[in-house]
Amino acid sequence: MITYLLCFILFLVGLYGVITRRNLIKIAISLSIMEVSTFLFFALIGYIEGGRAPIVNPAEPNQVYVDPLPQALVLTAIVIGLATTSLLMAVIIRIYRKYKTFDIREIRNLRG
Amino acid sequence: MELAISIITGLMILGAIYAIHAKDLLSAVIACGIVGYGLVICFLLLKAPDLAIVQIVVDTITLIIMVAVVLNSSREEEYSGMDSQGTINAVLGLIITIVLFYFFYNAILNLDIFGKGALRMAKAYIEGAAEKTGSANLVTGVVFDFRGYDTLGEATVLVTAVLGVIAILRLKGKK
Amino acid sequence: MTVIVKKTTQIVAGMIFLYGAYVVIHGHLTPGGGFAGGVIMAGAFILVTLAFGSDFLNLKKEEAGSTATENISILMVILLSVIGLFIGAKIFFLNFLPKGTVGELVSAGVLPLYNIFVGIEVTSSIFIIFLALVIYKEEEST
Repeated sequence: MITYLLCFILFLVGLYGVITRRNLIKIAISLSIMEVSTFLFFALIGYIEGGRAPIVNPAEPNQVYVDPLPQALVLTAIVIGLATTSLLMAVIIRIYRKYKTFDIREIRNLRG
Repeated sequence: MELAISIITGLMILGAIYAIHAKDLLSAVIACGIVGYGLVICFLLLKAPDLAIVQIVVDTITLIIMVAVVLNSSREEEYSGMDSQGTINAVLGLIITIVLFYFFYNAILNLDIFGKGALRMAKAYIEGAAEKTGSANLVTGVVFDFRGYDTLGEATVLVTAVLGVIAILRLKGKK
Repeated sequence: MTVIVKKTTQIVAGMIFLYGAYVVIHGHLTPGGGFAGGVIMAGAFILVTLAFGSDFLNLKKEEAGSTATENISILMVILLSVIGLFIGAKIFFLNFLPKGTVGELVSAGVLPLYNIFVGIEVTSSIFIIFLALVIYKEEEST
Protein backbone atom coordinates (compact mmCIF):
# COMPACT_ATOMS: atom_id res chain seq x y z
CA MET A 1 0.00 0.00 0.00
CA ILE A 2 2.72 2.43 0.87
CA THR A 3 4.22 2.30 -2.60
CA TYR A 4 0.90 3.39 -4.10
CA LEU A 5 0.66 6.22 -1.59
CA LEU A 6 4.16 7.49 -2.33
CA CYS A 7 3.48 7.33 -6.05
CA PHE A 8 0.41 9.48 -5.62
CA ILE A 9 2.27 11.96 -3.42
CA LEU A 10 4.70 12.44 -6.33
CA PHE A 11 1.70 13.18 -8.58
CA LEU A 12 0.40 15.74 -6.08
CA VAL A 13 3.79 17.47 -5.88
CA GLY A 14 3.70 17.90 -9.66
CA LEU A 15 0.11 19.18 -9.57
CA TYR A 16 1.01 21.73 -6.89
CA GLY A 17 3.86 22.93 -9.08
CA VAL A 18 1.59 23.44 -12.10
CA ILE A 19 -0.96 25.43 -10.09
CA THR A 20 1.25 27.78 -8.13
CA ARG A 21 4.40 28.52 -10.15
CA ARG A 22 4.76 31.64 -12.26
CA ASN A 23 7.69 30.62 -14.44
CA LEU A 24 7.01 28.74 -17.68
CA ILE A 25 9.98 26.40 -17.32
CA LYS A 26 8.80 25.38 -13.84
CA ILE A 27 5.37 24.56 -15.27
CA ALA A 28 6.95 22.34 -17.95
CA ILE A 29 9.07 20.55 -15.32
CA SER A 30 6.03 19.90 -13.11
CA LEU A 31 4.11 18.44 -16.06
CA SER A 32 7.01 16.04 -16.67
CA ILE A 33 6.95 15.00 -12.99
CA MET A 34 3.23 14.18 -13.21
CA GLU A 35 3.86 11.96 -16.23
CA VAL A 36 6.62 10.06 -14.42
CA SER A 37 4.30 9.27 -11.51
CA THR A 38 1.70 7.84 -13.90
CA PHE A 39 4.25 5.50 -15.49
CA LEU A 40 5.35 4.30 -12.07
CA PHE A 41 1.76 3.55 -11.05
CA PHE A 42 1.14 1.45 -14.14
CA ALA A 43 4.29 -0.58 -13.61
CA LEU A 44 3.37 -1.17 -9.96
CA ILE A 45 -0.04 -2.57 -10.82
CA GLY A 46 1.32 -5.21 -13.16
CA TYR A 47 3.86 -6.74 -10.77
CA ILE A 48 3.30 -10.35 -9.63
CA GLU A 49 5.26 -11.70 -6.69
CA GLY A 50 8.00 -14.15 -7.67
CA GLY A 51 7.58 -13.46 -11.35
CA ARG A 52 10.22 -13.03 -14.00
CA ALA A 53 10.66 -10.57 -16.86
CA PRO A 54 8.22 -11.54 -19.64
CA ILE A 55 10.63 -13.30 -22.05
CA VAL A 56 9.42 -16.83 -22.70
CA ASN A 57 11.98 -19.63 -22.53
CA PRO A 58 10.55 -22.66 -24.37
CA ALA A 59 12.53 -25.11 -22.24
CA GLU A 60 10.70 -24.22 -19.01
CA PRO A 61 6.94 -24.43 -19.46
CA ASN A 62 5.69 -23.69 -15.94
CA GLN A 63 7.08 -20.30 -14.99
CA VAL A 64 5.36 -17.32 -13.47
CA TYR A 65 5.75 -14.17 -15.57
CA VAL A 66 5.06 -10.55 -14.77
CA ASP A 67 1.99 -9.10 -16.50
CA PRO A 68 3.00 -7.73 -19.94
CA LEU A 69 -0.07 -5.59 -20.64
CA PRO A 70 0.70 -2.52 -18.46
CA GLN A 71 4.28 -2.58 -19.75
CA ALA A 72 3.00 -2.37 -23.32
CA LEU A 73 0.85 0.66 -22.43
CA VAL A 74 3.70 2.47 -20.67
CA LEU A 75 6.09 1.79 -23.58
CA THR A 76 3.87 3.80 -25.90
CA ALA A 77 3.23 6.49 -23.30
CA ILE A 78 6.91 7.26 -22.68
CA VAL A 79 7.55 8.21 -26.31
CA ILE A 80 4.35 10.27 -26.44
CA GLY A 81 5.51 12.12 -23.31
CA LEU A 82 8.70 13.09 -25.13
CA ALA A 83 6.68 14.45 -28.06
CA THR A 84 4.46 16.50 -25.71
CA THR A 85 7.41 17.98 -23.82
CA SER A 86 9.18 18.98 -27.04
CA LEU A 87 6.03 20.70 -28.37
CA LEU A 88 5.72 22.63 -25.10
CA MET A 89 9.38 23.69 -25.39
CA ALA A 90 8.77 24.97 -28.93
CA VAL A 91 5.91 27.18 -27.69
CA ILE A 92 8.11 28.45 -24.83
CA ILE A 93 10.90 29.37 -27.27
CA ARG A 94 8.43 31.40 -29.37
CA ILE A 95 7.08 33.20 -26.32
CA TYR A 96 10.58 34.07 -25.13
CA ARG A 97 11.58 35.46 -28.51
CA LYS A 98 8.64 37.83 -28.54
CA TYR A 99 8.25 38.97 -24.92
CA LYS A 100 11.80 38.39 -23.55
CA THR A 101 10.49 36.94 -20.28
CA PHE A 102 9.32 33.64 -18.85
CA ASP A 103 6.86 35.08 -16.33
CA ILE A 104 3.21 34.42 -17.12
CA ARG A 105 1.88 37.46 -15.23
CA GLU A 106 3.96 39.91 -17.23
CA ILE A 107 2.98 38.21 -20.48
CA ARG A 108 -0.65 38.58 -19.56
CA ASN A 109 -0.12 42.28 -18.84
CA LEU A 110 1.81 43.03 -22.02
CA ARG A 111 -0.69 41.63 -24.53
CA GLY A 112 1.37 42.83 -27.52
CA MET B 1 11.16 -5.30 -2.73
CA GLU B 2 8.53 -2.95 -1.36
CA LEU B 3 11.11 -1.35 0.89
CA ALA B 4 13.53 -0.69 -1.98
CA ILE B 5 10.86 0.84 -4.21
CA SER B 6 9.61 2.99 -1.33
CA ILE B 7 13.08 4.37 -0.62
CA ILE B 8 13.69 5.27 -4.26
CA THR B 9 10.26 6.88 -4.60
CA GLY B 10 11.00 8.91 -1.46
CA LEU B 11 14.21 10.20 -3.07
CA MET B 12 12.25 11.07 -6.21
CA ILE B 13 9.80 13.08 -4.10
CA LEU B 14 12.67 15.01 -2.50
CA GLY B 15 14.15 15.75 -5.91
CA ALA B 16 10.76 16.93 -7.21
CA ILE B 17 10.21 19.25 -4.24
CA TYR B 18 13.63 20.80 -4.82
CA ALA B 19 12.99 21.14 -8.56
CA ILE B 20 9.89 23.27 -8.13
CA HIS B 21 11.42 25.52 -5.47
CA ALA B 22 14.88 26.19 -6.92
CA LYS B 23 15.88 29.78 -7.67
CA ASP B 24 18.27 28.95 -10.49
CA LEU B 25 16.61 27.51 -13.57
CA LEU B 26 19.56 25.30 -14.51
CA SER B 27 19.46 23.57 -11.11
CA ALA B 28 15.74 22.97 -11.49
CA VAL B 29 16.19 21.33 -14.88
CA ILE B 30 18.93 19.03 -13.58
CA ALA B 31 16.75 18.08 -10.60
CA CYS B 32 14.07 17.09 -13.09
CA GLY B 33 16.59 14.56 -14.39
CA ILE B 34 16.79 12.96 -10.93
CA VAL B 35 13.12 12.03 -11.12
CA GLY B 36 13.56 10.46 -14.54
CA TYR B 37 16.63 8.42 -13.65
CA GLY B 38 15.10 7.20 -10.38
CA LEU B 39 12.25 5.81 -12.46
CA VAL B 40 14.79 3.69 -14.40
CA ILE B 41 15.87 1.95 -11.18
CA CYS B 42 12.24 1.36 -10.24
CA PHE B 43 11.56 -0.22 -13.63
CA LEU B 44 14.51 -2.60 -13.20
CA LEU B 45 13.27 -3.62 -9.76
CA LEU B 46 9.80 -4.28 -11.17
CA LYS B 47 11.21 -6.63 -13.85
CA ALA B 48 10.52 -4.44 -16.89
CA PRO B 49 13.73 -4.18 -18.97
CA ASP B 50 12.11 -2.75 -22.15
CA LEU B 51 10.78 0.24 -20.25
CA ALA B 52 14.13 0.88 -18.57
CA ILE B 53 15.96 1.09 -21.92
CA VAL B 54 13.41 3.52 -23.39
CA GLN B 55 13.16 5.70 -20.28
CA ILE B 56 16.89 6.20 -19.81
CA VAL B 57 17.48 7.43 -23.37
CA VAL B 58 14.30 9.54 -23.49
CA ASP B 59 15.17 11.22 -20.20
CA THR B 60 18.67 12.06 -21.47
CA ILE B 61 17.22 13.63 -24.63
CA THR B 62 14.68 15.63 -22.60
CA LEU B 63 17.49 16.92 -20.39
CA ILE B 64 19.53 18.02 -23.45
CA ILE B 65 16.57 19.92 -24.94
CA MET B 66 15.69 21.66 -21.66
CA VAL B 67 19.28 22.71 -20.95
CA ALA B 68 19.58 24.12 -24.47
CA VAL B 69 16.41 26.21 -23.96
CA VAL B 70 17.49 27.50 -20.54
CA LEU B 71 21.09 28.36 -21.43
CA ASN B 72 20.08 30.79 -24.16
CA SER B 73 17.84 32.92 -21.97
CA SER B 74 17.57 34.41 -18.54
CA ARG B 75 18.67 32.02 -15.86
CA GLU B 76 17.02 33.26 -12.74
CA GLU B 77 13.45 33.03 -11.62
CA GLU B 78 12.49 36.52 -10.62
CA TYR B 79 10.55 36.58 -7.43
CA SER B 80 8.63 39.58 -6.22
CA GLY B 81 7.21 37.99 -3.11
CA MET B 82 3.70 36.78 -2.47
CA ASP B 83 1.00 39.25 -3.32
CA SER B 84 -2.72 38.61 -2.95
CA GLN B 85 -3.06 36.59 -6.14
CA GLY B 86 -0.13 34.39 -5.18
CA THR B 87 -1.53 33.65 -1.75
CA ILE B 88 -4.92 32.70 -3.18
CA ASN B 89 -3.19 30.35 -5.64
CA ALA B 90 -1.15 28.65 -2.93
CA VAL B 91 -4.11 28.12 -0.60
CA LEU B 92 -6.26 26.82 -3.46
CA GLY B 93 -3.47 24.44 -4.45
CA LEU B 94 -3.25 23.06 -0.92
CA ILE B 95 -7.02 22.55 -0.67
CA ILE B 96 -7.17 20.68 -4.00
CA THR B 97 -4.20 18.53 -2.96
CA ILE B 98 -5.75 17.48 0.36
CA VAL B 99 -9.15 16.70 -1.18
CA LEU B 100 -7.60 14.57 -3.93
CA PHE B 101 -5.42 12.77 -1.41
CA TYR B 102 -8.45 11.78 0.68
CA PHE B 103 -10.32 10.37 -2.32
CA PHE B 104 -7.30 8.44 -3.54
CA TYR B 105 -6.73 6.92 -0.12
CA ASN B 106 -10.26 5.55 -0.15
CA ALA B 107 -9.73 4.19 -3.67
CA ILE B 108 -6.55 2.24 -3.00
CA LEU B 109 -8.07 0.54 0.01
CA ASN B 110 -10.04 -1.46 -2.55
CA LEU B 111 -7.03 -2.59 -4.57
CA ASP B 112 -5.36 -5.94 -3.89
CA ILE B 113 -2.12 -5.81 -1.94
CA PHE B 114 1.05 -5.12 -3.86
CA GLY B 115 2.31 -8.16 -5.76
CA LYS B 116 -0.88 -10.04 -6.42
CA GLY B 117 -1.54 -8.69 -9.92
CA ALA B 118 -4.56 -6.45 -9.85
CA LEU B 119 -5.71 -7.16 -13.41
CA ARG B 120 -8.05 -9.95 -14.46
CA MET B 121 -6.69 -10.29 -17.99
CA ALA B 122 -3.15 -11.25 -16.97
CA LYS B 123 -3.67 -15.00 -17.29
CA ALA B 124 -5.38 -14.72 -20.67
CA TYR B 125 -2.51 -12.70 -22.11
CA ILE B 126 0.33 -14.86 -20.80
CA GLU B 127 -0.92 -18.38 -21.36
CA GLY B 128 -1.21 -18.86 -25.10
CA ALA B 129 0.71 -15.80 -26.24
CA ALA B 130 3.99 -17.43 -27.24
CA GLU B 131 2.24 -19.81 -29.66
CA LYS B 132 -0.34 -17.35 -30.93
CA THR B 133 2.10 -14.61 -31.88
CA GLY B 134 5.22 -16.73 -32.32
CA SER B 135 7.54 -14.33 -30.47
CA ALA B 136 9.49 -15.04 -27.32
CA ASN B 137 9.22 -11.45 -26.10
CA LEU B 138 5.70 -11.13 -24.72
CA VAL B 139 5.73 -7.32 -24.56
CA THR B 140 6.56 -7.04 -28.29
CA GLY B 141 3.83 -9.54 -29.04
CA VAL B 142 1.28 -7.52 -27.09
CA VAL B 143 2.41 -4.18 -28.56
CA PHE B 144 2.42 -5.19 -32.23
CA ASP B 145 -0.04 -8.07 -32.44
CA PHE B 146 -2.72 -7.90 -29.74
CA ARG B 147 -2.70 -4.11 -29.52
CA GLY B 148 -1.58 -2.99 -32.97
CA TYR B 149 -4.00 -0.04 -33.11
CA ASP B 150 -2.33 1.66 -30.18
CA THR B 151 1.07 1.41 -31.86
CA LEU B 152 -0.32 2.91 -35.06
CA GLY B 153 -1.81 5.78 -33.06
CA GLU B 154 1.48 6.37 -31.30
CA ALA B 155 3.44 6.55 -34.56
CA THR B 156 0.88 9.06 -35.85
CA VAL B 157 1.27 11.18 -32.71
CA LEU B 158 5.06 11.31 -33.22
CA VAL B 159 4.73 12.48 -36.85
CA THR B 160 2.12 15.08 -35.85
CA ALA B 161 4.37 16.39 -33.05
CA VAL B 162 7.24 16.85 -35.53
CA LEU B 163 4.95 18.76 -37.91
CA GLY B 164 3.73 20.87 -35.01
CA VAL B 165 7.25 21.79 -33.89
CA ILE B 166 8.27 22.79 -37.41
CA ALA B 167 5.10 24.85 -37.88
CA ILE B 168 5.41 26.64 -34.54
CA LEU B 169 9.04 27.58 -34.97
CA ARG B 170 8.51 28.57 -38.62
CA LEU B 171 11.81 27.36 -39.95
CA LYS B 172 12.24 28.43 -43.53
CA GLY B 173 15.05 27.65 -45.93
CA LYS B 174 18.30 29.52 -46.12
CA LYS B 175 18.24 32.48 -48.48
CA MET C 1 34.88 20.88 -29.37
CA THR C 2 38.32 19.67 -28.32
CA VAL C 3 40.31 16.89 -29.92
CA ILE C 4 39.55 14.36 -27.18
CA VAL C 5 35.79 14.69 -27.67
CA LYS C 6 36.08 14.40 -31.44
CA LYS C 7 38.30 11.31 -31.35
CA THR C 8 36.13 9.56 -28.78
CA THR C 9 33.01 10.29 -30.80
CA GLN C 10 34.59 8.89 -33.93
CA ILE C 11 35.27 5.61 -32.14
CA VAL C 12 32.05 5.27 -30.15
CA ALA C 13 29.25 6.58 -32.39
CA GLY C 14 29.41 3.68 -34.82
CA MET C 15 29.18 1.16 -31.99
CA ILE C 16 26.14 2.88 -30.50
CA PHE C 17 24.39 2.78 -33.88
CA LEU C 18 25.25 -0.90 -34.27
CA TYR C 19 23.89 -1.68 -30.80
CA GLY C 20 20.66 0.14 -31.63
CA ALA C 21 20.27 -1.87 -34.85
CA TYR C 22 20.86 -5.08 -32.86
CA VAL C 23 18.15 -4.20 -30.35
CA VAL C 24 15.70 -3.46 -33.19
CA ILE C 25 16.33 -6.63 -35.18
CA HIS C 26 16.23 -8.97 -32.16
CA GLY C 27 13.10 -7.29 -30.84
CA HIS C 28 11.08 -10.50 -30.70
CA LEU C 29 13.73 -12.50 -28.81
CA THR C 30 15.31 -10.19 -26.22
CA PRO C 31 14.06 -7.13 -24.36
CA GLY C 32 13.87 -4.12 -26.62
CA GLY C 33 11.94 -3.81 -29.82
CA GLY C 34 11.19 -1.00 -32.22
CA PHE C 35 10.94 1.95 -29.83
CA ALA C 36 13.96 1.15 -27.66
CA GLY C 37 16.27 0.54 -30.62
CA GLY C 38 14.94 3.60 -32.42
CA VAL C 39 15.78 6.00 -29.62
CA ILE C 40 19.25 4.47 -29.23
CA MET C 41 19.99 5.04 -32.93
CA ALA C 42 18.76 8.63 -32.57
CA GLY C 43 21.17 9.02 -29.67
CA ALA C 44 24.09 8.10 -31.92
CA PHE C 45 23.14 10.79 -34.45
CA ILE C 46 22.67 13.38 -31.72
CA LEU C 47 26.14 12.58 -30.35
CA VAL C 48 27.79 13.15 -33.74
CA THR C 49 25.92 16.45 -34.24
CA LEU C 50 26.84 17.77 -30.79
CA ALA C 51 30.52 16.90 -31.13
CA PHE C 52 31.22 18.08 -34.66
CA GLY C 53 28.86 21.00 -35.13
CA SER C 54 25.85 21.31 -37.34
CA ASP C 55 27.71 21.64 -40.63
CA PHE C 56 29.19 18.17 -40.42
CA LEU C 57 26.31 16.25 -41.90
CA ASN C 58 25.69 18.88 -44.60
CA LEU C 59 22.16 19.57 -43.50
CA LYS C 60 20.29 22.44 -45.01
CA LYS C 61 17.43 24.16 -43.33
CA GLU C 62 14.96 22.90 -45.88
CA GLU C 63 15.69 19.38 -44.75
CA ALA C 64 14.73 20.23 -41.20
CA GLY C 65 11.15 19.87 -42.32
CA SER C 66 9.90 16.28 -42.61
CA THR C 67 12.47 14.11 -44.30
CA ALA C 68 11.85 11.29 -46.69
CA THR C 69 12.84 8.46 -44.33
CA GLU C 70 10.28 9.32 -41.71
CA ASN C 71 7.39 9.54 -44.15
CA ILE C 72 8.29 6.45 -46.15
CA SER C 73 8.65 4.31 -43.04
CA ILE C 74 5.29 5.28 -41.62
CA LEU C 75 3.67 4.62 -44.98
CA MET C 76 5.22 1.14 -44.92
CA VAL C 77 3.75 0.52 -41.44
CA ILE C 78 0.29 1.43 -42.68
CA LEU C 79 0.77 -0.69 -45.82
CA LEU C 80 1.75 -3.74 -43.76
CA SER C 81 -1.33 -3.42 -41.60
CA VAL C 82 -3.74 -2.87 -44.49
CA ILE C 83 -2.50 -5.92 -46.44
CA GLY C 84 -4.42 -8.07 -43.97
CA LEU C 85 -7.67 -6.72 -45.40
CA PHE C 86 -6.98 -8.26 -48.80
CA ILE C 87 -5.58 -11.68 -47.85
CA GLY C 88 -7.19 -14.50 -45.92
CA ALA C 89 -9.46 -13.68 -43.06
CA LYS C 90 -9.98 -9.95 -43.84
CA ILE C 91 -8.84 -8.64 -40.47
CA PHE C 92 -6.93 -5.40 -39.92
CA PHE C 93 -3.38 -6.10 -38.62
CA LEU C 94 -3.37 -9.75 -39.68
CA ASN C 95 -0.16 -11.66 -39.02
CA PHE C 96 0.09 -13.27 -42.45
CA LEU C 97 3.64 -14.64 -42.69
CA PRO C 98 4.40 -18.11 -41.24
CA LYS C 99 5.17 -18.11 -37.56
CA GLY C 100 7.97 -20.67 -37.24
CA THR C 101 9.33 -21.96 -33.95
CA VAL C 102 9.60 -19.77 -30.87
CA GLY C 103 13.16 -18.60 -30.32
CA GLU C 104 14.54 -18.51 -33.86
CA LEU C 105 15.67 -15.31 -35.54
CA VAL C 106 13.29 -15.76 -38.48
CA SER C 107 10.01 -16.30 -36.69
CA ALA C 108 6.91 -14.51 -35.44
CA GLY C 109 5.48 -13.68 -38.85
CA VAL C 110 5.36 -10.00 -39.67
CA LEU C 111 6.66 -8.72 -36.30
CA PRO C 112 10.37 -8.19 -37.24
CA LEU C 113 9.29 -6.03 -40.22
CA TYR C 114 7.12 -3.91 -37.92
CA ASN C 115 10.05 -3.50 -35.55
CA ILE C 116 12.40 -2.31 -38.30
CA PHE C 117 10.02 0.25 -39.80
CA VAL C 118 8.92 1.66 -36.46
CA GLY C 119 12.59 1.90 -35.42
CA ILE C 120 13.51 3.94 -38.51
CA GLU C 121 10.50 6.21 -38.00
CA VAL C 122 11.25 6.91 -34.34
CA THR C 123 14.91 7.66 -35.15
CA SER C 124 14.02 10.21 -37.82
CA SER C 125 11.38 11.91 -35.67
CA ILE C 126 13.58 12.37 -32.63
CA PHE C 127 16.50 13.63 -34.71
CA ILE C 128 14.30 16.22 -36.44
CA ILE C 129 12.91 17.41 -33.10
CA PHE C 130 16.44 17.77 -31.75
CA LEU C 131 17.62 19.74 -34.79
CA ALA C 132 14.66 22.10 -34.73
CA LEU C 133 14.86 22.86 -31.01
CA VAL C 134 18.59 22.95 -30.30
CA ILE C 135 20.53 23.75 -33.45
CA TYR C 136 18.37 25.89 -35.66
CA LYS C 137 16.51 27.94 -33.17
CA GLU C 138 18.67 31.03 -32.91
CA GLU C 139 18.12 32.44 -36.38
CA GLU C 140 15.13 34.54 -37.09
CA SER C 141 13.33 33.74 -40.30
CA THR C 142 13.27 36.82 -42.45
